[in-house]
Amino acid sequence: MRFFEIATSSITALGANKVRTFLTMLGVIIGVSAVILLISIGRGIQNYITDQFDALGSNLLFVSPGKVSFGRDPGNSFSRNKLEEKHIKLIQTHATDIVEQITPMVNVSETVKYKTKYYNAAVTGINEEGKYLFDYSIDEGAFFTRADVRSGSRVAILGKSVKDELFPNQSPIGQSIKISGDSYVVIGTSKEKGSDFDEQVVVPYTSAINSFELKNISRIVVKVKADKDLNSATKLIEKALLRDLEDDDFTVLSQADILATIQNILQMLTIGLGAIAGISLLVGGIGIMNIMLVSVTERTREIGLRKALGATPFDVALQFLIESVLLSVTGGSIGIMIGWLASFAGRAYIRTEVPWWSVAIAFSFAAFVGIIFGTYPAVKASKKDPIEALRYE
Amino acid sequence: MPTQTIIETQNVFKTYRLGSEVINALSGVDIKIKKGEFVSIVGKSGSGKSTLMHLIGLLDTPTSGSILLNDKDVSRLNQNELSFQRNRSIGFVFQSFNLLQRTSSLDNIILPLKYSQVPKSEWESRALKMLEIVGLSDRKNNKPNELSGGQKQRVAIARALINDPDLILADEPTGNLDSKTGTEIIELFRKLNKSGKTIVIVTHDEELAEVANRKIILKDGKISKTL
Ligand SMILES: Nc1ncnc2c1ncn2[C@@H]1O[C@H](COP(=O)(O)OP(=O)(O)OP(=O)(O)O)[C@@H](O)[C@H]1O
Ligand SMILES: [Mg+2]
Repeated sequence: MRFFEIATSSITALGANKVRTFLTMLGVIIGVSAVILLISIGRGIQNYITDQFDALGSNLLFVSPGKVSFGRDPGNSFSRNKLEEKHIKLIQTHATDIVEQITPMVNVSETVKYKTKYYNAAVTGINEEGKYLFDYSIDEGAFFTRADVRSGSRVAILGKSVKDELFPNQSPIGQSIKISGDSYVVIGTSKEKGSDFDEQVVVPYTSAINSFELKNISRIVVKVKADKDLNSATKLIEKALLRDLEDDDFTVLSQADILATIQNILQMLTIGLGAIAGISLLVGGIGIMNIMLVSVTERTREIGLRKALGATPFDVALQFLIESVLLSVTGGSIGIMIGWLASFAGRAYIRTEVPWWSVAIAFSFAAFVGIIFGTYPAVKASKKDPIEALRYE
Repeated sequence: MPTQTIIETQNVFKTYRLGSEVINALSGVDIKIKKGEFVSIVGKSGSGKSTLMHLIGLLDTPTSGSILLNDKDVSRLNQNELSFQRNRSIGFVFQSFNLLQRTSSLDNIILPLKYSQVPKSEWESRALKMLEIVGLSDRKNNKPNELSGGQKQRVAIARALINDPDLILADEPTGNLDSKTGTEIIELFRKLNKSGKTIVIVTHDEELAEVANRKIILKDGKISKTL
């Protein structure tokens, strides 16, 4: 029998029981759309991180306390943190050639208050060079000065989101806000910069150390001169710091290093998410097998008849195998569409992306599931004895 | 020129084992059916009629003995070869019609062709010719649930004829029909036999058995009489 004729019989059989066909496909639809959606969300998180780094500007080197292990905020590991202000001087003195700008940095997540309004902001302490280093553009007012940093003035620059939330209809300049119990005067607002920058309240690092009673700085950020090589700059900074610190007291990382490491972790996370979703696809496959087995039993007479009329065991097996593959492949295609649409809808929150390989993997896995779980029922059908099957009840 | 033998059984035994119990459904059956014959096989329930039918229909193989189809031994063929031979040489008619549901008369009749080498372009014209022979030309698009019992059996007979088989095998073809409709089906078989078809019918139906030119009576798995 020709393949096409067998496939027609398969389609007819599936069409004869539409509700069952749909319910059987549902398992695969859910599995495949979950694979597509979760991978696209993983991709979205990766994109978010990349955007974050792009907003930071390039040519940056980060000096963090301790030997860096990702996933732990270096600023929190006080026992290991030996980074102090004096190390900035050390870098400035011994690596003068490569430093364009340099700033210490402290980060504290803290609720900022204005009258009765609250905002959970990222309070960021830097020096006056930080303005150029992080490329802040001032919308209203001005950035703080070297003198403010020296004296530890309680002044603050608000990110766009913070300003919009606390001062929706008025200029915040000159207003007093409360950070960790201390009053700070708002002297400026920064223009929209995207990502986490808009959630920041930027203050002189000296004031932050004071307000939060910190002993150390979280990190040092160096902007390397454009014509200098990042690798040799890293070496130079390490050499300068080794005058005062041990090798495992600090780590110098470029933005690219950090990004690559985080992307690596996220890539694994993405694949992990996809694999978990793959399990539901497997369950969908078991559903197909279940229904195909029922179908083989129900259609015993049809199988017997076809055999009596000349169908070979292979013809019968093929007919049932095509049915289960059609179920899984159609379910897979619908699942891809749904997953893609859901991912598209998710774009309102995060820059999701459906990579071509996730579609290819989800689709082939669905087809594979159809073949694997369809084989047993198909073989069972092909082995039916036509006499048993045709015996009149 | 002697008449050609279509099917022949030589000392055929069929034994079923159910646990320790041994059932001899057939014990040494010799029959010979020649081209153009109309043979009926009768006997009490459990005498082995259906078993014999399955063997000459190549749906099963004997425990011992041989079956010759057109003088070739077919009793030791494998599943694929049996399927091929059934498709080409045998046309089945069943007591319970066994038509595919939700499938038009025309497509039901075409079914054996789908497993044959006949080119697709000939399928429909052949099926229409068969419908004409069984007198159902006006029912080609009807599905089984839109047909009467007699009409269903006519469709089944058309299906049995479509590959122009050497032998038509029918097991109780009138068993599910009232006597009037049964008579019509008997008449159809007679007509087919007149036009040269070789027909073997298993039946309890006295009238049908009488129409045949030869009657084989089975008893306890053996031939007790041939009339
Ligand atoms: N698959 C089987 N397993 C065990 N015994 C069987 C099997 N098929 C048939 N038999 C036995 O073989 C004997 C002959 O059965 P068969 O079906 O040929 O009888 P029959 O003459 O067609 O009867 P009926 O007129 O009731 O259809 C019976 O005793 C039956 O029980
Ligand atoms: Mg019987």
